[in-house]
Amino acid sequence: MTALPPPSAKKLGLVIDLDTCVGCQACVTACKGWNDQGYGAPLSDQNAYGSEPCGTFLNRVHGYEVTPEAGPAEIVNFPRSCLHCEDAPCVTVCPTGASYKRAEDGIVLVNEDACIGCGLCAWACPYGARELDPSAGVMKKCTLCVDRIYNENLPEEDRMPACVRTCPTGARHFGDLGDPGSAVSRLVAERGGYDLMPEMGTKPVNKYLPPRKKGAAPDGPLTPLLETPATGFAGWLDRLLEKF
Amino acid sequence: MGLQEPRLDTSPKVSDEVRKTTCYMCACRCGINVHLKSGKVSYIEGNRDHPVNRGVLCAKGASGIMQVTAPSRLRTPLKRVGPRGSGAFEAISWDEALDLAVSWLNPLRETMPEKLAFFTGRDQSQSFTSYWAQGFGTPNYAAHGGFCSVNMAAAGIYTMGGAFWEFGQPDWDRAKLFILFGVAEDHDSNPIKIGIGKLKARGARVIGVNPIRTGYNGVADDWYGITPGTDGLLILALIHELLRAGKIDLDYLARFTNAPCLVDAAEGPGHGLLLRDKDGKLLVIDRATGKPAPFDRKGVQPDLGATHDGCRTVFQHLAERYLSDDYAPEAVAERTGIAAGRIRALAAEIAHAAFDMPVILDRPWTDFRGDRHEAMVGRPVAFHAMRGISAHSNGFQTARALHLLQILIGSVETPGGFRFKPPYPKPPEAHPTPHCDCVPGKPLGGPHLGFVQGPQHLALKADGSPARIDKAFSWENPLSAHGLMHMVIPNAHAGDPYRIDTLLLYMANMSWNSSMNSGAVMEMLTDTDADGAYKIPHIIYSDAYASEMVAYADLILPDTTYLERHDCISLLDRPICEADAAADAIRWPVVEPDRDVRGFQSVLVDLGARLGLPGFVDEEGHAKYRDYADYMVRHERRPGIGPLMGWRGDGEKTGRGAPNPDQLERYIANGGFCVEHVPEEAAFFKPWNAAYQDWAVSLGFYDKPQPYLFSLWSEPLQRFRLAAEGHGDLQPPEHLRARLKQAMDPLPVWYEPFGDAAAADYPIHALTQRPMAMYHSWGSQNAWLRQIHGVNPLYLPTALWETHGFRDGDWARVTSPTGTITVPVAHMAALNANTIWTWNAIGKRKGAWALDPAAPEATKGFLLNHLIHELLPEKGDGLRWSNSDPVTGQAAWFDLRVRIEKAVPPHEAQPEFPPLRSPVPPARRNRP
Repeated sequence: MTALPPPSAKKLGLVIDLDTCVGCQACVTACKGWNDQGYGAPLSDQNAYGSEPCGTFLNRVHGYEVTPEAGPAEIVNFPRSCLHCEDAPCVTVCPTGASYKRAEDGIVLVNEDACIGCGLCAWACPYGARELDPSAGVMKKCTLCVDRIYNENLPEEDRMPACVRTCPTGARHFGDLGDPGSAVSRLVAERGGYDLMPEMGTKPVNKYLPPRKKGAAPDGPLTPLLETPATGFAGWLDRLLEKF
Repeated sequence: MGLQEPRLDTSPKVSDEVRKTTCYMCACRCGINVHLKSGKVSYIEGNRDHPVNRGVLCAKGASGIMQVTAPSRLRTPLKRVGPRGSGAFEAISWDEALDLAVSWLNPLRETMPEKLAFFTGRDQSQSFTSYWAQGFGTPNYAAHGGFCSVNMAAAGIYTMGGAFWEFGQPDWDRAKLFILFGVAEDHDSNPIKIGIGKLKARGARVIGVNPIRTGYNGVADDWYGITPGTDGLLILALIHELLRAGKIDLDYLARFTNAPCLVDAAEGPGHGLLLRDKDGKLLVIDRATGKPAPFDRKGVQPDLGATHDGCRTVFQHLAERYLSDDYAPEAVAERTGIAAGRIRALAAEIAHAAFDMPVILDRPWTDFRGDRHEAMVGRPVAFHAMRGISAHSNGFQTARALHLLQILIGSVETPGGFRFKPPYPKPPEAHPTPHCDCVPGKPLGGPHLGFVQGPQHLALKADGSPARIDKAFSWENPLSAHGLMHMVIPNAHAGDPYRIDTLLLYMANMSWNSSMNSGAVMEMLTDTDADGAYKIPHIIYSDAYASEMVAYADLILPDTTYLERHDCISLLDRPICEADAAADAIRWPVVEPDRDVRGFQSVLVDLGARLGLPGFVDEEGHAKYRDYADYMVRHERRPGIGPLMGWRGDGEKTGRGAPNPDQLERYIANGGFCVEHVPEEAAFFKPWNAAYQDWAVSLGFYDKPQPYLFSLWSEPLQRFRLAAEGHGDLQPPEHLRARLKQAMDPLPVWYEPFGDAAAADYPIHALTQRPMAMYHSWGSQNAWLRQIHGVNPLYLPTALWETHGFRDGDWARVTSPTGTITVPVAHMAALNANTIWTWNAIGKRKGAWALDPAAPEATKGFLLNHLIHELLPEKGDGLRWSNSDPVTGQAAWFDLRVRIEKAVPPHEAQPEFPPLRSPVPPARRNRP
């Protein structure tokens, strides 16, 4: 089994705004594209043009329908990837030490050279955030684009995860959730950001911002200039134009 | 295990090189950075500097790498060797292919140029393809706008000189209320998503009006699940409420619209037209003098409430109409599916945002009358709409109604409202009129498509019959500014109005998802005369991929992918401008094709030279352009005005200037695009802002300032109504008079969609939507995108689901007046209670797109197209009535009415068609 490092001061992660995510899947394929040619083995696609295509993705977006007691049904788009938990069960369950949490910034990674593809970590993860790549035989997961965020070959403005850089609505935010003054921490504080399934005790670093309350605006109905039927069109026109 | 972390290189080399070009995974035209490793595409991301997408990129764009490696890519020119539709081809050389094309086309040009019909699908080079067709001399050219969203484009141009999307955009930075009507979420997708993100970040309110709550409607703060085809009625009820409360912008209406113009009340040929002075200028009554004055005189104060010689203002006509109880919320609630209280609440929200929270910019400006304004005052209510409201037989007037609403509250071209993108605004009078003067061996006298002002501009032959194969600009649909691509094959097959010889198609999957009634279209394409000859004798098709249409062509001209070609996103056709900037862009070959394919535009340049078309050969008959790239640089539409605006002349001129041989290098060095910013003083009130008008002239959008008034009252429509009433020499056929009187109303009107005639037996509305992660049929060949949208169940609302006792995994038989399909169903609560829907174009024919015949797209995927006929049900008059908007000819896809019943699950979705023989080898099983 693999030990976790002491909690790091720096806790890099994502803040995902469920009020803004339109479910466009841009983050899904930007992630696929970057990581297909980045960290570790490519993300294969089995039966890619066939009956049951099955590829490895590090980030997926699901759509859920919620029917409130009053008002019409609502849609929540829910991006799902590794939450880089502080108490990451996928790390402690790893028999080889391949699954590890970085002491420096808290990113959870798989050392593919040491991974035996046993799948225990995927079984231990309550979020379904890991996928075993059948071609490479190793476990794949979100790296928080560790090969981008410190990459001196990239312009500084691009040193962020591919999913964040591409998100058209700006629903994905990246930063240090260990720093209460960081933009992401402030966003979490302002918008009531929450942990996914806190009862699992995994202490996820990533946070989700809840959808804002939906429904009608508080405005009352408009007041007619006057009751048209009572005074006719000419009366309405006079009243309208007198203030003009 | 201990804490030893492996050594990790956190600064790996990203790529060998980044080349910046323009995406073509949909029609958005975002800027992309294409990373290359060892000469191959390794990663695609958004270009941060690009005006369209500002660095972000959608799911399709990032999957472009899979489009280049797609097994569906064609490899070489093909000549049909088996029966049409069999998919039996032989590979031929480009010389053989072009010689064959010339052997078909040359005789037509010399004798009957109209026998060539050239229609392009998702073409982004329309100013070029139309120029080629003009040179050929055929009147039969258009792109796909007629089956897409011409109602939006035409209603916008005729009402206010521009429409949504390519013509304009919400003021995302200042709007406080954003209302989205029935959108296609693959259109303008990144700009809308960026905009919604901005609204959300500012806490602005977003409202969706759509029968289906997905995507943008999912994040909307409030949702109105309207009944399809009734948007116009809802909008007119909102107008009713706003008028009743006096919540309209009188100053704006008086200054900038034809609301104060006087409607001729005298019976006769001028009835319902607007009064003009002897110079032809619109007249208003000046409040200062009480006397008539030309609308544009300095200092004139137009009177909205005036009456002159018994003629009342447009404003009085419209107010009287919409104040009528016919438009009261109670009167429309049942029909629209929106409760009266909800309609009132929406009107109140609009009024509140527009008039209690105005946006005031401290920017003085001067209008076309010479009047100076100390500030720019805006009404921060922004609207956007697309196919959902336009793809109905009442879509043109519905879009007009929406523009009327925008204008009544003074939110068009004001801060926080809706803003035009250069080269728009441009009123209909500033557009060309259609040309159809077909003379053998000669070019057409002008552009095919345009904006008619009255019956005199229709494209009719001397005997009054339609001059065009699609009957565009005929009495059946007089304002068909984009043509009617969906009618080309049925009309050519029926010989109505005449037969053709050669059909040349580009990027249009007409034997599948791009046609109504797809099964019958396949039969039309293979149907023969008694002598065994095909009714459409020759079909030439250009596509990059093994689409369903390939099997139905006689000659295939294989196109490149978007990363291997030159293109120009030109101000001459569908530019990529933003409200604050004019912009255009190029594509260039960031990788070379690894097969024997050629960019279609370069092939047209070559064909044009071989045919000796004017504009494509020099005085000695030699080819004028080497290829499309050469055309992009050297072609001049008017002296100094070419396809690309940037780096002209000595390389320092923008807009106007002589061709510059280094132009493409300059574009490439700048990231593939050129941007010219609108001066601050010119940024709003563009149709009337003297600074904007001068700037537009300097860039060559037009040759002199052309301020104009918004047309709340549309005179072109009234001219057709007058004809229908018997005025004038040009008269419609008797059977169309009543319809013209109804549809060509000079004020926005709502009438029942034609499809509703079948409502008694077919009570349910059926729609399609385009997912954000797919572009029409293209996505299924993409290994990544098809994993996101590989199946398309038919979504049913709760009441229907429960009434019919459906359960997960069930199938339904869906029947329309003209067809039946049997398909998988799924439950969805966030729907209009009487609407079912599915994703568009996920269903594929077996053998197409290099997919395995067992692919879910080919076994469970399906099209609603089989339920939608291109003609209305027969009326017993022997006439073929097109299933289109009677104003513009827009295909009325969303008029569809159906009934459903539970079905025994078939072995696969019905109807099924025999597999096509694939023109490409089978795909490898796994990737990589």
